[in-house]
Amino acid sequence: MATRSRGGRSNGHSKSVLAVLLLLIVALFGGVAASTAFADPKGQWSPKLGLDLEGGRQITLEPVVAEGAQQVNSGQVERAVDIIRKRVDGTGVAEAEVTTLGERNIVVSVPGEPSKEMLSSLARSSALSFRAVISQTTNEPVPRSLPQPPSVPKPTAKPSAGSSSTATPKVSSSPTSGANGVYPQAFSQATPTPTPTPSSPASPATSTPAASTKPANPSDTKWASQPVSANWVKAGVVEQGDTYQDLLQVYDCSDSDTRLAASTSPANQPVVMCDQTGQAKFLLGPVEVKGDTISDATSGPATNQQGQQTGGTQINLKFNGKGKKAFGDMTRRLAGFQQDSPQNKSAIIVDGQVLEALGTNDAITNGEAQITGSFTPSSGKQLADELKFGALPFSFKELTNDQISPQLGQDQLHKGLIAGAIGMVLVIIYSLFQYRALGLVTVASLLVSAVITYGAVTLLGTLNNFRLTMAGVTGLIVAIGMTADSFIVYFERVRDEVRSGRPLKAAVESGWQRARRTIIISDVVNFLASAVLYILSESNVKAFAFTLGLTTLIDILIVMMFTHPLLTLLARTKFFGGGHKWSGFDPERLGAKGVTYAGRGRVTIADRRAAEGGQV
Amino acid sequence: MASFAQFGNDLYTGRRQINFIGRRRLWYAISAVLLVVAATGVFGRGLNFGLEFTGGAELKVRGVQNTQDYDTRAEDTVRKATGTDDNLIITKIGDSDIRVQTEKLGSGTAADNDKVATALAQEFGVSPRNVDSQFIGPSWGDTVTKKSIQSLIWFLALLSVVLAIYFRTWKMSLAAIIAVLHDLFFTVGIYALAGFEISPATMIGFLTILGYSIYDTVVIFDKVRENTHEAFATGQRNYDQAANYAVNQTVVRSINTTVIGLLPIAAVLVVGFTMLGAGTLLDLSLSLFIGIAVGAYSSIFIATPLLTDLRRGEPSIKELARRAKAYQVSQRSALTEANTPKAGPGESASGVVEPERAAAAAAARATRTKKRETHPLARLDRDDK
Repeated sequence: MATRSRGGRSNGHSKSVLAVLLLLIVALFGGVAASTAFADPKGQWSPKLGLDLEGGRQITLEPVVAEGAQQVNSGQVERAVDIIRKRVDGTGVAEAEVTTLGERNIVVSVPGEPSKEMLSSLARSSALSFRAVISQTTNEPVPRSLPQPPSVPKPTAKPSAGSSSTATPKVSSSPTSGANGVYPQAFSQATPTPTPTPSSPASPATSTPAASTKPANPSDTKWASQPVSANWVKAGVVEQGDTYQDLLQVYDCSDSDTRLAASTSPANQPVVMCDQTGQAKFLLGPVEVKGDTISDATSGPATNQQGQQTGGTQINLKFNGKGKKAFGDMTRRLAGFQQDSPQNKSAIIVDGQVLEALGTNDAITNGEAQITGSFTPSSGKQLADELKFGALPFSFKELTNDQISPQLGQDQLHKGLIAGAIGMVLVIIYSLFQYRALGLVTVASLLVSAVITYGAVTLLGTLNNFRLTMAGVTGLIVAIGMTADSFIVYFERVRDEVRSGRPLKAAVESGWQRARRTIIISDVVNFLASAVLYILSESNVKAFAFTLGLTTLIDILIVMMFTHPLLTLLARTKFFGGGHKWSGFDPERLGAKGVTYAGRGRVTIADRRAAEGGQV
Repeated sequence: MASFAQFGNDLYTGRRQINFIGRRRLWYAISAVLLVVAATGVFGRGLNFGLEFTGGAELKVRGVQNTQDYDTRAEDTVRKATGTDDNLIITKIGDSDIRVQTEKLGSGTAADNDKVATALAQEFGVSPRNVDSQFIGPSWGDTVTKKSIQSLIWFLALLSVVLAIYFRTWKMSLAAIIAVLHDLFFTVGIYALAGFEISPATMIGFLTILGYSIYDTVVIFDKVRENTHEAFATGQRNYDQAANYAVNQTVVRSINTTVIGLLPIAAVLVVGFTMLGAGTLLDLSLSLFIGIAVGAYSSIFIATPLLTDLRRGEPSIKELARRAKAYQVSQRSALTEANTPKAGPGESASGVVEPERAAAAAAARATRTKKRETHPLARLDRDDK
């Protein structure tokens, strides 16, 4: 009588647990549905795929620190990630991912086929600096006919090696738009002051042939007649012994190799660079103000001296002590040049490019500068961010660069899924073979766990941008065996109990009591393994660890909320409870008859346990 | 099938026992030989690290229609594109895939990689999208290796604490960890000997083996704990026997879980090998396959025997052995008295007497005890108990 009432309760309990699980599944897919309807960006009904399955390019960047310079810290890497993310976003690539790898490396994953420009922009130096403009000209590289094929490492990379038609100058008729800003001190100059220069390099440098004398200051035109630094010769742009004036002539704004050479030029030497549009090129003096001396950069509405808004957007710069002095020295000198002359300007340089060339109205010695010009609020903010975030003391080099074709990924996924399906079928066949009808419980549990896993992976794709990679798919396939493992631990325990002579109903419960701790501790161990892997490892290892951890959690959920209640309910059916031949619980086949007859020892233990702990 | 179930039943009830613990020196010797072989592999032959660790470039052209003279064509293409064809390894995978590997492509930059990729696509008449290119700087592998070793150490440290707390004895934890290290080293040794390439996916596999091996060991140790607890309570068998009984009782489960764990991996392995060629799927499944098989072996043959060896010196274990011996001696005399059939082969291994014989012995003792009530030595016998 007592047994029956308890049985009834546990029966109802099992049903309500199953109902709760059903609710959970409904909620999970409700979440997926909601994410497809409301989430931003919109969710989808299938898991997000990783780069290796979707196709695309993955690049690992490592910061390059000059010898003797300070070590890279994590804050700097985070800022670098921001900059690179901005660069990638700026190229209009959706869904690109920029993440850190370890303490210092950065991984950029771009789906599809990103352009070459975009790729080369990633690894570019982020270091920002100020240089004084010595002269400015439009981009019309003069094809140089060198007397003989130069003995440089990369002759093919030399733009001027071909005929003159290859080095097509960019729109040379339009006035340069490089100079669109100014440091207002006494008054605000609202309009940009483009400096149209004749297409011939009419820089004062040509008229001062006094090459032997040393330049007096960074704006000195004598720099033009100095011999170029070694990196230009190495890059194959000019020959040994050429001057910066020569370099200015042949420099081609459209050549990325040349630009790379510009970004790696020594700081104490002049340099030739183009503006962002590639239409104006500049001869610039040595670095005067380093970007890392900028303590803050913000953008906001431009104001005049009286603090009234003038309608434009201005950028506010703050320098630290070192920067304050350097910037003050530079602007004091530049303000001495005639307004609108190139030498009145200072150039803000990022990645071998002139970001802005700014006229200087007055010496700025208080360490706070305002830049006004034709900025829109968004372009102003972008420049401010570049100024603020661009101040990284290192650039990057490529560690890895993988191009993954989408066909390959699809192929891999397809075949991985086939393998998974085959694996699932094999597991099902084996469990039916070993556990007869009980194997069906395994099948049902595996199916439920597959459904939950699919929902969880899909939902996480939307919420956490979790992407399924090949390693992740493998993790899921491997998890089939692991999930089935816990059923086996349970079933074997139940069988043990049946062997000890217990009726099935009791065996299911007492077997569960003992199997539960084993399943929990093994899953805890497994989860621990995946958690450690997830925290400490990188990229595709992380994906694998994540799926493994996820399936471990789902495994516990399934065993607790599906397999056990289901088995409890089934144990009450005539087929299972009666120990039908095909039920997997046939006491005769499990040798229980023999044991009850002769193995009194075992039965005694079971009985004693029952008396002690009331586990039956 | 029926015989397998019967086998399981017999192992469970004790009608048949395999002497896992008693023959532990044999298993140790086997493992020692295997580990020496593995060590010669690892330190002699060395590991075959993949491109990810050594740095270099790999290009894969997929879906090539005409693969005639593929090697010279690929070589020419690379030379034309970069000016050099040093150290090229060109292989054909399957019917239509061509792989070009080299330590350094051209000047060893990613840009050269792209150049060659485009040239190869043209030469073999496929879309550039069908060319997979991979460029890896030499310091990449260092990062991965360092991270893996770091996670390994952390995992083992955390694991030993968790297990020591769960089992309430650090010796179980230690035995499990040694077994895991055994698996790991052995698997790596197989890799070295077979010359399988080690990729980051393989490293993932190695690390996952840890979890699997531990899982198996934990299940067995759980049963060991249960049985030894019972042994301490009844004093009927010593620690070794209780542990051996536990292994015997879980061996069917071990076989089933190992088979079920291996089945999906085998499927992945076969599909990966026949249809995909080298890649994450194959690398991962291969290391897992080897590792899980080795893990099942070590849980049974290494972890549990080690545990008994570790605990042998403990006073409580010695005391238990003494009690069990006394019990078994008296039981044996009871068995002789009952004139039961000859003992089974595993009887002394696990201290489990065949059910029929145990019943007969109990009956015999019941009658004997009655007689003894009048026997002059009866008092002595009782004192012994």
